[in-house]
Amino acid sequence: MALDNIEKLLEKYFEASTTVAEEEQLREYFAQESVPAHLEQYRPMFNYFSNAKEERFTKQVPLKTRSNLYKWVSVAAVAVLTFGIYFGNEYQEKKKAEFAYQETKKAFELLAENFGRGTEKVAYLKEFEEAKQKIYNNN
Amino acid sequence: MKQSEFLNVVMPFKDKLYRLAKRLLVSREEAEDATQEILMKLWSKNESMGEYKNVEAFAMTMTKNFCLDRLKSRQAGNLKLVHSNYSDENTSLQRQLEAEDSVQWMERIMQELPEQQKMILQLRDVEQYDFDEICELMEMKPTAVRVALSRARKTVREELIKKHSYGIG
Repeated sequence: MALDNIEKLLEKYFEASTTVAEEEQLREYFAQESVPAHLEQYRPMFNYFSNAKEERFTKQVPLKTRSNLYKWVSVAAVAVLTFGIYFGNEYQEKKKAEFAYQETKKAFELLAENFGRGTEKVAYLKEFEEAKQKIYNNN
Repeated sequence: MKQSEFLNVVMPFKDKLYRLAKRLLVSREEAEDATQEILMKLWSKNESMGEYKNVEAFAMTMTKNFCLDRLKSRQAGNLKLVHSNYSDENTSLQRQLEAEDSVQWMERIMQELPEQQKMILQLRDVEQYDFDEICELMEMKPTAVRVALSRARKTVREELIKKHSYGIG
């Protein structure tokens, strides 16, 4: 590229009237190993712009949609678990009480049966007493 | 829009967002956080993203506004940040030690520019946006953009000449 052309472009460049393509020419020109001494001062500028464009964003972007789902699922799971433990305990307690009730009932029934048997025997005794009275009265 | 589609849309310009954020916020960490934030905001809007005719311009505007807000709140909080990372990770790209030095000058010179000029210079000379796009992004008239760009370039030149004639400043 002719030197005077570059000088013209530079002039335009500092008046901000160059096109993107012309600026690209300037960057290319200053990317060379050597430029005339009086243009050397501009080199850092154009080299810097070319280099600055190389910088990359390397961080990962956590796009969370699924994690949101996981969050809610875990909340639900915890809720279910607590309810389960609570009501499960209650149910077990109820079962135990029922069992105790049944057992007591059985025991009472047994007792009642034996009492019944006792009174039956006492009934015989009554008969005997009556008969005895009859005999006494007759005498 | 699915995640993969979204990434396809966003991938080509995510670096531009980052570089603009870094230009304004200077610190790499802050710029990374800002970029992440912007991308996540975009993702949360992905339902309506088809409506924007130019997602890139929209994202760039978002980044610009986000960073300016950051800077404002930083000033309001009277926080002074000390930046030590003038040098980039990509120093390997530079051919000579000398060039590395001049990159640091340039970085410093650009930091001294007013925010508006900084952004315009970044958009034009680094990202090579058209004037129309810059006008839209900056919400400025074309003539105002030209004036600001010319001023920014001339300031950079003056500073460079100073450095060039006096040695390392």
